[in-house]
Amino acid sequence: MSTIAVTPAPDAASRVTAAFTGAAAALSDTADVAWRNLRTLFRTPQALIFATIQPVIFVLLFRYAFGGAIHVPGTDYVDFLMPGIFAQTVAFGAIGTAVGLSADLRTGILIRFRTLPMAPIAVLGGRTLADLARNLLVVAVMAGVGFAAGFRSPNGAGGLLAALGLVVAFGYALSWGFAVLGLRVSDPEAAQAAGVPVMFLLVFTSAAFVPASAMPGWLQAFGTHQPVNALVSAERALTIGGPAAHDVLICLAWSGGMLLVFALLAARAYARMGR
Amino acid sequence: MNGPAVEADGLRKAFGQVTALDGLSLAVPAGSVLGLLGPNGSGKTTTVSILSTALRPDAGRASVLGLDVVADAARVRQVIGLAGQFAAVDPNLTGRENLRLIGRLSRVGRERARVRTDELLEEFGLSAAAGRLVRTYSGGMRRRLDVAAALLHRPPVLFLDEPTTGLDPESRFALWDAVRALSRTGTTVLLTTQYLEEADALADQIIIIAAGRVADTGTPAELKSRVGTVVFHLGFDGPAAADAARAALACAGYQTSRDGADIAVRSAAGSGALTGALRALEGRAPDPVSVAVREPTLDDVFLSLTSGRQAA
Repeated sequence: MSTIAVTPAPDAASRVTAAFTGAAAALSDTADVAWRNLRTLFRTPQALIFATIQPVIFVLLFRYAFGGAIHVPGTDYVDFLMPGIFAQTVAFGAIGTAVGLSADLRTGILIRFRTLPMAPIAVLGGRTLADLARNLLVVAVMAGVGFAAGFRSPNGAGGLLAALGLVVAFGYALSWGFAVLGLRVSDPEAAQAAGVPVMFLLVFTSAAFVPASAMPGWLQAFGTHQPVNALVSAERALTIGGPAAHDVLICLAWSGGMLLVFALLAARAYARMGR
Repeated sequence: MNGPAVEADGLRKAFGQVTALDGLSLAVPAGSVLGLLGPNGSGKTTTVSILSTALRPDAGRASVLGLDVVADAARVRQVIGLAGQFAAVDPNLTGRENLRLIGRLSRVGRERARVRTDELLEEFGLSAAAGRLVRTYSGGMRRRLDVAAALLHRPPVLFLDEPTTGLDPESRFALWDAVRALSRTGTTVLLTTQYLEEADALADQIIIIAAGRVADTGTPAELKSRVGTVVFHLGFDGPAAADAARAALACAGYQTSRDGADIAVRSAAGSGALTGALRALEGRAPDPVSVAVREPTLDDVFLSLTSGRQAA
């Protein structure tokens, strides 16, 4: 009979140490899963390429095709546009979290993870962490595209970096929302189909591409009170200039609130998967 | 450790309106190999999913090495390995990357994961392909990697869900050897299969399940003798000739049934009994115009078991 290694239940004295070791192990598991997701992402780069091509096309379209017809008082249109593009990039990018998780659900990799002695939260933590890294990359590429198209961030580098920080934090919170979706549908195409309309609605009713003042009143009322618009407003305040504290706080409140609610929902959905 | 390494009692599981498990109980003695045999949809995968903590039962309880699979799920995961049709390896990682990842997530430590990975790649004949992406592997290689992935932390209890379904004979025999080797080192194995032959080759004890319940249980020899009925189909030149033949066969002690001009003769003695049956006809009935022999299949087993239950 082989020896059986079963961790004994911790006594009261070692509970604190156990909590720290547990947290360290959970972080290590999260890093391992994130590493795996990034490897997979770069070996099937189609998704990454499409996630970049779409916003690039939007930059070109709005900067050169429609931009001439859109007048924003007091600023160059390209400086107005790019914060909208960054928001659009992470909003649609978040759908990738749902697609990735549902693909893992369908292939059975999630089942294997569920039966390993790893920290359960690492599956979701590793997925969202990898998507955060992907967002950093794609947003950096978009900034480069923006500069090439004449974007200058009038308020300086500090403002721009702060704005991009908000963008990435927002994208991370949103990823957890799409993690909930990904765990509910075991079909990547369905996850994609469910995610795109929601993001379309939020991005195009916000002031991402045109000033909200051009919209009818009822649409403005919705469009200016939703999270993507909060992000775009905060970014513009930071990159174009003017009083920023209020907009930034509203954006951080949205991101923090979404992160809290979505992370709880995602953890619950994961725990209930086997029921 | 005394008693069974794996135990299930009255497991029930339904997915919506579909009942997958309907009160299934089983026990796997420590160090033995149990074959769970059944057709598609009989509840094999659901059973393994529950025992390996991937699914929760709706009712009933199960334990591995005395640890409850629901209440003690975290500790159960330390002592089990799972491989099979529904627990995958990552096609976009190399074989080596897959094993190292699963090793680290199995908490064996970074260095140990490295060493075990190389050992297992060698053991399963995958060293040469270790640096290739798994999506370029053949079905047999992928299945071997899958089994290797279940062994990184040397689990004392191993679950294999249809490990050889869809494999060519050579790959199948290689996997059989691997299972036998594990069993020799004291690993308790529960394997599911659709093939009587596979259960016969590997298992100490077989449980046949149908419709989410245990339909029969026994050693391979016991089950084979119980279900090893060969059927001869004898065709005659008309119902009258068939009736005469049937009377002659009944006199000689054969079990028969008639369908038109055809007679089915059942024999537990194997195909060798055909000669005897034909001899019983000599001089008492016309010669048959056609003879066919049908060996028992797993379908016959399930048919005989389910009809037996209805009759009881």
